[in-house]
Amino acid sequence: MQIKKPTKAYDVVIVGSGAGGGMATKVLSEAGLSVAVVEAGPFFDPADPAQRTQLKAPWESPRRGAGTQRPFGDFDSAYGGWEIEGEPYTRVPGTKFDWFRSRMLGGRTNHWGRISLRFGPDDFKRKIIDGLGDNWPISYDDVKPYYDKVDKLIGVFGSKENMPNEPDGFFLPAPKPRLHELFYIKGAKKSNVKVMPSRLSILTKRINKDRGVCFYCNQCSRGCSVYADFSSSSCLVIPAQKASGQIDLYTNSMVHTVTTDKNGKATGVSFINKEDRQDYNIQGKVVVLAASACSSARILLNSKSSQHPNGLGNTSDVVGKYLHDSTGADRMAFIPELIDRKIYNEDGVGGMHVYSPWWLDNKKLDFPRGYHIEVWGGMGQPSYGFGWNPNDLNKFFGLKVGGYGDSLRNDVRKYYGSVIGVSGRGESVPQADNYCEIDPTKVDEFGIPVLRFHYNWTDYERKQAKHMHDTFEEVFHNMGAKVLGNKPTKEQDYGLHAPGRIIHEVGTTRMGDNPKTSVVNKFEQMHEVPNVFIVDGGPFVSQADKNPTWTILALAWRTSEYIIDQLKKQNI
Amino acid sequence: MDRRDSFKTILVGTMAGGMLLQSCQTNEEKTALQTSLDNYQYGRTKKEKEHDNKILAESFFTDHEMKTISVLGNLILPPNEIGSIEKAGVPDFIEFMAKDYPPFQVPLRGGLKNLDRKAQALFSSNFIDCSTDQQKSILDEMAWPIPDVPMSGQTTDVQFFNQIKNLTLTGYYTSRVGFDDLGYVGNIPNVWDGVPQEVLDQYDVDYEPEWLAKCIDQSTREEVAEWDEEGNLLN
Repeated sequence: MQIKKPTKAYDVVIVGSGAGGGMATKVLSEAGLSVAVVEAGPFFDPADPAQRTQLKAPWESPRRGAGTQRPFGDFDSAYGGWEIEGEPYTRVPGTKFDWFRSRMLGGRTNHWGRISLRFGPDDFKRKIIDGLGDNWPISYDDVKPYYDKVDKLIGVFGSKENMPNEPDGFFLPAPKPRLHELFYIKGAKKSNVKVMPSRLSILTKRINKDRGVCFYCNQCSRGCSVYADFSSSSCLVIPAQKASGQIDLYTNSMVHTVTTDKNGKATGVSFINKEDRQDYNIQGKVVVLAASACSSARILLNSKSSQHPNGLGNTSDVVGKYLHDSTGADRMAFIPELIDRKIYNEDGVGGMHVYSPWWLDNKKLDFPRGYHIEVWGGMGQPSYGFGWNPNDLNKFFGLKVGGYGDSLRNDVRKYYGSVIGVSGRGESVPQADNYCEIDPTKVDEFGIPVLRFHYNWTDYERKQAKHMHDTFEEVFHNMGAKVLGNKPTKEQDYGLHAPGRIIHEVGTTRMGDNPKTSVVNKFEQMHEVPNVFIVDGGPFVSQADKNPTWTILALAWRTSEYIIDQLKKQNI
Repeated sequence: MDRRDSFKTILVGTMAGGMLLQSCQTNEEKTALQTSLDNYQYGRTKKEKEHDNKILAESFFTDHEMKTISVLGNLILPPNEIGSIEKAGVPDFIEFMAKDYPPFQVPLRGGLKNLDRKAQALFSSNFIDCSTDQQKSILDEMAWPIPDVPMSGQTTDVQFFNQIKNLTLTGYYTSRVGFDDLGYVGNIPNVWDGVPQEVLDQYDVDYEPEWLAKCIDQSTREEVAEWDEEGNLLN
């Protein structure tokens, strides 16, 4: 295929527009640099009425919100999912990994849970504590100033708790708990499980004149038309575009390689325009990869040249290795006290108002890393699946399950809002043997070689999941709830979700001081290619029991300032 | 078929399938289709829109099957003063799901046929032409799963009834009628300020003062947040 000649050269070419790419776009463009943002999906602005799903009623979709087109349902604002037509990936037989991709401006920040947790001091130094995995080459103190800046720029509600490994920040006040959350608080306290206000990047209070305040529709996953929650499109890329004339946004443009000169230095990127299916090439003094941990690894591994025969900057053979996701296990329970409850609007913010951070000491447990507990339930908006098996809960009262007629109507009403759920999300131990690599036998519809995954959980994660279920049952019991379903067995990995299902995959281009065992340095700069930086989850040495977005944002800001500094000093 | 013909067919099949179907329709049908497309205005990608428009223009169930779905639906959830399964759009929703999720097709179509076969054997007429008592006597045999046996282990009659029941209920409660019937009052802009006091009293729970101190005073929500250097909110 003919490669179109470059039309423009930039100071910086940024690949991807999610959390990391969005932050780099903002910081670098504000410094006066010319920036190209290359995004594999279409333009998306949650304020655009034509793209809006927020506040839509289920009957405005012919499938009433079913997940046949989008895995989290018809109104979810992620364009993509674990499977994308024409863009396959493979797995080494006997191993599991499910890869979620969101192809759109803002990437996965458009539909995420907005859980915005800082990593704590211990999270950067796990090897010192338990001897497993590796330490980050940086500490909490290196990142703290950037967490502070992210809090103030983007906004996060929460509360000061003075817990050493759950650092406080610049919080907006939290929303009051809902009724089922008050039940959770009661059960958790009785079980000696710490519980506190959640920390979500949703504006309970105004932070500037450009963004609105939350109006409590519970639908952050649909994108907010008044920008009262964080997505990279609404809070970073679009404002940066408005503020500066120096950003060119290339949409529906999928980067497949980083181009290099005869010295092995990066010169720009090649991408395919998905509309005309032609290849294009743009040049940049600096390339910033923010395509997501696995996509950035794929681009590096596909960027082979005589200077970089094993893929760009991969003499170490570490690119793609140490892939890891958060662990996850969930459980539901029925609160008999809540049958026939009074109905009122309890939508609240799009997510939990309370949660449990990790509260125990692993030295006293048979697994090395912790988890947090998320809480859900209440009188949500009926969507596809609502009313399914309307009287299964009859069995708790010795009543028959089944039937038809007006009794079903009564059953639906009776049990509405009486079920509560909890989700454990924990830290796994990164393994060199969990990796993605190029599958030499397959290409996608754009002719780009695809990824092949090799991932197995270890007993560290299995034992943690077992502990989660023991805790869930105790907390449910202590709030007067009846546990639903059976406790998953050892053969079922204690209910652990397959790797990739929590969509926190990180670690494929990990940072370190030693070029033989890491891909980037402490500024997310490639050891072997100094004008290439990686600002997605790839550089994570270990993914704490926290959601990764806040750390991606903080590190991307830190790296962007370093890029500005290095360009000024003409070091790159 | 020569090579050129087959090439033409492939093109028609992949690119113009929906258009061809529409061009065979009467003006009246075209207007009806346009109206049904206009009912669904929400954020979609181009690809998703094409898929939806294509299947909205197609039919899967016969008129007789659609009538049977309506009769069944009215038995599962009888009309009341708020509305009916028809007013909730349940039959059209079930047909859409059968097209949108093809694994539904065989069990639903087979189950509907089997229902007529039972009605014929017992009452010598199709299900929809039986009296309500006769229809109920047929459903009574299908509506009660064996306790503690997973659905996959139940008879095909029970499985069919369970599926049509679930689709009917979910279609009903995801409609305006269903919202009103349930009393659902969310999905509108509002200001959440906690559980109503009478509800707290009913369950003998309350907000602890220490916790409340961390929560938003909604009268200050429009003030731009300011912090001191330690991150203490000043307003």
